[in-house]
Amino acid sequence: MSSTATSFEKPAERSTNWWMIWGIALALVLICYLIKDTIPWAFKYPRSWTIPLRFWISDFMKWLMDGLDFGLFTFRELTRAIAWVIEQPYWVAKSLLASGFLNGRGSAAIEIFPRLPWVAVIGIVMLIGWKAGGRKLALLAGGCFLYLAVFGQWDSAMTTLSSIVISVPFGVMGGLLLGIAAFRSPRFNAALTPILDLMQTVPVFAYLVPILILFGFGPVSAMIATIIYAMPPMVRITILGLQQVPEEITEFGRMVGSSPRQLLWKVQLPAAKQTLMLGVNQVVMLSLNMVIIASMIGAGGLGFDVLNALRRLKIGEGIEAGVAITLLAIALDRLSQALAKKPAPTSEAFQGTHRNNPLKAYPYLSAAIALIIVTWALGAFFPAIQIYPESWEITTGTFWGDMVKWININFFDQLDAFKNFLLLNVMIPFKRFLLGLPWIGVVILIAIAGAQLGGWRLAVLGALLAIFIAIVGLWPKAMITVYLCGLSVVIACMIGIPIGIAAARNERLHGIVQVVIDTLQTLPSFVYLMPVVMLFRVGDFAAMLAVIVYALTPIIRYTDHGIRNVPQHLIEAATATGCTKRQMLWKVQMPLALPEIMLGLNQTIMMALSMLVITALVGTRDLGQEVYIALTKADIGRGLVAGMAIAFIAIIADRLIGAWSKRRKLELGLE
Amino acid sequence: MKYSNTIKSTIAGAALALMASAAGAQSNDPIKLTIHDWTGQYVTTHIMGEVLKRAGFNIEYVQADYIAQFAGLETGDLHVAMEMWETTGKDAMDASLKTGKTIDLGETGMGAKEEWWYPLYMKEKCPGLPDWKALNACAEVFSTPETAPKGRYLGGPVTWGGFDDERAEALGLDYEVVHAGTDAALFAELESAYQRKAPVLLWIYAPHWAVAKYEGEWVEFPEYTADCYNDAAWGINKEMKYDCGKPFGWIKKVGWKGGEAKWPGAYKAIRNFKVDNKEMGDMISAIDLDGKKLDDVVDGWMKANESRWQAWIK
Repeated sequence: MSSTATSFEKPAERSTNWWMIWGIALALVLICYLIKDTIPWAFKYPRSWTIPLRFWISDFMKWLMDGLDFGLFTFRELTRAIAWVIEQPYWVAKSLLASGFLNGRGSAAIEIFPRLPWVAVIGIVMLIGWKAGGRKLALLAGGCFLYLAVFGQWDSAMTTLSSIVISVPFGVMGGLLLGIAAFRSPRFNAALTPILDLMQTVPVFAYLVPILILFGFGPVSAMIATIIYAMPPMVRITILGLQQVPEEITEFGRMVGSSPRQLLWKVQLPAAKQTLMLGVNQVVMLSLNMVIIASMIGAGGLGFDVLNALRRLKIGEGIEAGVAITLLAIALDRLSQALAKKPAPTSEAFQGTHRNNPLKAYPYLSAAIALIIVTWALGAFFPAIQIYPESWEITTGTFWGDMVKWININFFDQLDAFKNFLLLNVMIPFKRFLLGLPWIGVVILIAIAGAQLGGWRLAVLGALLAIFIAIVGLWPKAMITVYLCGLSVVIACMIGIPIGIAAARNERLHGIVQVVIDTLQTLPSFVYLMPVVMLFRVGDFAAMLAVIVYALTPIIRYTDHGIRNVPQHLIEAATATGCTKRQMLWKVQMPLALPEIMLGLNQTIMMALSMLVITALVGTRDLGQEVYIALTKADIGRGLVAGMAIAFIAIIADRLIGAWSKRRKLELGLE
Repeated sequence: MKYSNTIKSTIAGAALALMASAAGAQSNDPIKLTIHDWTGQYVTTHIMGEVLKRAGFNIEYVQADYIAQFAGLETGDLHVAMEMWETTGKDAMDASLKTGKTIDLGETGMGAKEEWWYPLYMKEKCPGLPDWKALNACAEVFSTPETAPKGRYLGGPVTWGGFDDERAEALGLDYEVVHAGTDAALFAELESAYQRKAPVLLWIYAPHWAVAKYEGEWVEFPEYTADCYNDAAWGINKEMKYDCGKPFGWIKKVGWKGGEAKWPGAYKAIRNFKVDNKEMGDMISAIDLDGKKLDDVVDGWMKANESRWQAWIK
């Protein structure tokens, strides 16, 4: 979530005595405790004051799904039509990659043409890699796909891939169009920003049921949920990219007499291409993050295999399928990044020389087509080319399961002692403390922090969002959420910041860390959730570990990046004045990198919150559980309200940290 | 996972479809059977699917979430769900039936047994088991630092209901009820404890592979009656309900209402579907513990029980 998207007025005057204001506020909270018995409503939000928002939302959604009629067609017919549009290219992709072209449906269907042979798919991926980034990339992408075949993940992986290759373009196009509209109209931009925030922070589980009803059951609904979740970064990056197009280029476009439309499509968008490709990359990664959840509503594929393996405690099978998702993500990520970096070919010059020979003009495309034809033809005679033979498959078997068992038998007591120490001395006291806070006091403190960091508008926003959580009766669950996420984030920072610093100062370590965090980011958390439960039992501790592992990535990445980006002339100046290495780090690099590190912290909080719904699966009692219960009871209003509460916690944290980081950057003269 | 050899089954399916049309059959649109994420449900669904195929119907298996599927069953995107457990799915099912868009297709013949359960090696440490009265004496044995001196009982996800918190209170058990989030977490903890031969007391249900894999017993509570759940005066505790064990639950089939008119023959066969816990348990063990393929196991059942399923589709 980008905090720069909202603009606050100037931070309050420096002369305001914030120490005094904080002092008064804390004193007020303290007084609350002293007169706790006379004002019980300040501690426990009275049930009679809650607003039955969830029932209103349920009723509204019911009307939307069953009642809304535009005359010619109903709302649901409209959404079903949208689903149909998305379904068509999906069936083509799925036929090509996974199922083969079928005549008819269900068990009566007859295959009329086989799918792409696995040899051809790997070959095409390698050709794309070669074209985009040379031999090394070709081998990397080819290797990733070869894993899918060798470890028997091919069928599932191709099902997953076919939904990704369709949902990504929809996400990219949708994001691009919304971004352009927001770029052109500041008013639209202002309306869009909060919606984007909600799209990114409301957990998917919260709106799964309405999506299923509106768009039908199956892969299309899963793809729509994926698109909703993965599109916001594309919108934000489009706006940013267009804003960053140098004024001279736009001016030049106007001078040669372009219409506004030509200006956009022929001048501004091409100029922003590199930034836009970063957005594409984000959409790809986020879409792959959704694979597990998508499989719960009928997308099938690798996500289903992971869930299915872990339900039977086949840890090895779960890891193999999980790694397949990771490798798919890495291959697609590297390919899209390479395409982003590659400068657009000067097409006239290029095609000019080979205009009469398509083979030479499009060597990669020609090779791909030739490969498909040859393998299809050969596949008819040698089935091993068409479908990877089962007898060639390998598996890690019970290796991973045995390893967890070995750790379990030999180290459980030590792990348990460590867990109990942390639980009894840190976690439980902190949880009690947060649950004991008066909600009215927390609202006041948030407002003051907002006022100090970003002015009165931020203060009002923060207070209103916090009050909303109290009003809908979710305050205690929200506090447990803050406790679980807060502790996880603190521990993630304690681990992540030193790693980031070390990686910034050592190239080899940097390379290793990159691979590890890429893996952590794309490996479905379900894969390590079950081993964690085996070693630490069901409870808050297991949930916290899973959140930490997942949320560690951004803090490492941003710390590393922030320290590397300290302007070179400042480093040189510091060296010239005789700084030691230690002084350099603590007096120069860290302070200057701090705003960037804070953005990493911000992202870490977002990741931790988005993990809540998954940790509900091991049995936490927070807002994530509330969303999960609502899903299992198909209670639309309850799920959406709890989802919004999670989103509001995220937004409060995002705005406060964003405002702080922005101010700090101004003070340091970095912006 | 490959469940079928596509080409072979499609050709066979087409041939059968032709035969069926001769038998004056119904719509040739595929009947969508939902599959979830536990083995027993695969088996029941694939048996039903195979039987319907032999009767000439067109079948499609669709992966869907156990509860979220009701949205699809109501709109007709999905057609039949083969296992809806009274113990875990009754609320969602009742809510759905009330809309009038889905129908109850009757029981599967299997009963869902669920109760507090412990591994057999715990009998040494707590000799009075399986009688529930022995539990309090062993509370210390079943405790963890978080719950001590109370024992720790790992219950199912809160969404399963089950009244364990109430049961512990009504029977005066010195146990803290901890809820797992999913059954995967439940069995992960059991596996872990079993590997270490460590104390564990938790909610187990059957038919399930765990009962075949791990040796253990169910705690014997005062036997369930409807009065126990409805009338506080019943049983040992005169002031509280739930002072007894858990009921056996049915496992039912549910379908999209519109399917009745579209494939009357298929719906009749689905209503007739009956298997029992024993044969289901054996098939689940064959797949999950002996590593047999689902298709082979289902095939074996079809061969061995030809007369039974022939009667369903008559």
